Amino acid sequence: MDSEATPVHAEIALVVNGTEHRLRVDTRASLLDTLREDLGLTGSKKGCDHGQCGACTVLLDGRRANACLALAVAHDGAEVVTVEGLARDGRLSPLQEAFIEHDGFQCGYCTPGQLCSATAVLDEADRGWPSAVTEDLTADPVLDDDEIRERMSGNLCRCGAYTGIVKAVREAARETETDGARA
Amino acid sequence: MRPFVYERATSADEALRLHEDGARYLGGGTNLVDLMRLGVEEPARLVDVSRLPNGEIELRPDGSLLIGAAVTNSDLAADRTVRESHPMLAQAVLAGASGQIRNLATVGGNLLQRTRCSYFQDADKPCNKRVPGTGCPAREGEHHNLAILGHSEACVATHPSDMAVALAALDATVHVRGRGGERTVPLRDLHRLPGDDPRRDTVLDSGDLITAVEVPPLDIPSRYRKVRERASFAFALVSIAAALDVEGGTVRDVRIALGGVAHRPWRALRAEEALRGAPAIGEEFQRAAEAELAAAEPLRDNAYKVPLARNLIVRTLTELGERS
Repeated sequence: MDSEATPVHAEIALVVNGTEHRLRVDTRASLLDTLREDLGLTGSKKGCDHGQCGACTVLLDGRRANACLALAVAHDGAEVVTVEGLARDGRLSPLQEAFIEHDGFQCGYCTPGQLCSATAVLDEADRGWPSAVTEDLTADPVLDDDEIRERMSGNLCRCGAYTGIVKAVREAARETETDGARA
Repeated sequence: MRPFVYERATSADEALRLHEDGARYLGGGTNLVDLMRLGVEEPARLVDVSRLPNGEIELRPDGSLLIGAAVTNSDLAADRTVRESHPMLAQAVLAGASGQIRNLATVGGNLLQRTRCSYFQDADKPCNKRVPGTGCPAREGEHHNLAILGHSEACVATHPSDMAVALAALDATVHVRGRGGERTVPLRDLHRLPGDDPRRDTVLDSGDLITAVEVPPLDIPSRYRKVRERASFAFALVSIAAALDVEGGTVRDVRIALGGVAHRPWRALRAEEALRGAPAIGEEFQRAAEAELAAAEPLRDNAYKVPLARNLIVRTLTELGERS
């Protein structure tokens, strides 16, 4: 290991929850550490730091991603939405409301990642993306419990609040279908 | 993590120019960044190739696909053309990783993720793949999920990609840009067996850049199945990509590739050979599976993979035979 190597920095721009930031980052910095340490957005959590638990999930250019595996420097110019950006005009999103209604959490550590991930799950289903449990790859997917479990498998909950999480996502999916509104 | 210089390439030429000794190409980073954090990979320079202008999927008039190396796994699996023309490929991609990781991971990066095991990923442990000559603790240690075919004294790790297994069955070819210009490599020959040099996972040279994957047309029933220790988001214990064409009760064409059993995607050529022209019945599927698995050399704790692979082959071919 070359412990003598000097850190390398780069200038990047990120639009986070609608606000543009210009930052100087160490090339080694993850998007997660940049959000938490440089921008003070501590909603996104560091669980495993290896892409296995999903606690760091954010929306990166509209798609869910593990912020721990993303190098900030590689996402210069990206638009990022964190859990802090899911509410609109002070109102929780229907998905966030459903998590409260159905007790989709216990300790809450995984919740920001669950919420960002589930927000994207609704959008992916809306766009007709199949999953590993979709029988007919060419049909429009219906978010039943099996589909939700499969699509949310990148988010672990050590408290085991899965039952409530599945119910919450199912209700939000139904509302999305009914209203045509994005959760 | 060791400090590194970051460069973003906007063309394949530029990527090759920016690559130097000790550099790595960066796709989505879902494996590379993780290995850097673990101290397993210590590149002095990353050349980001995720924004090269090869993020498109093209269906060509003959029914073949040309998939750009920067296409994300999500976009590949969601592509309506791919879902209709090569369902086995979409299924394989969807069977891999999580929704979050598939959004980051690229086709080129998926192929070049490291063949690995838990000892390889622990920089404090000996590992011939990481530090040649230090030994392979997996042979005597934790190996229940490792190779049964084609392994060596030096290494028993497995290649974890699902997508590559489907591409191996589909006779895909990989388009590579290197110092000597462009060339194509059959996907089946891209990954190596470990032999006595497990450091290298593939036949590519330093600086070689995968620019696209070409997939021939597929007009027979196909299926990807994966057996794992939990229902989702886990590597395969054994997986299979299979396609079968039956006419008048006889096997006309068959493709079988296995995942989770070797240092590379394992194309089951012996089984295929045994089946071409044979009756499409369970006994023949079983005989063919056994012919392939006769070469298996299971380790102390992974002998279960032999009947698992056999049963997976028989079940999947039986199901495809009913659809053919």
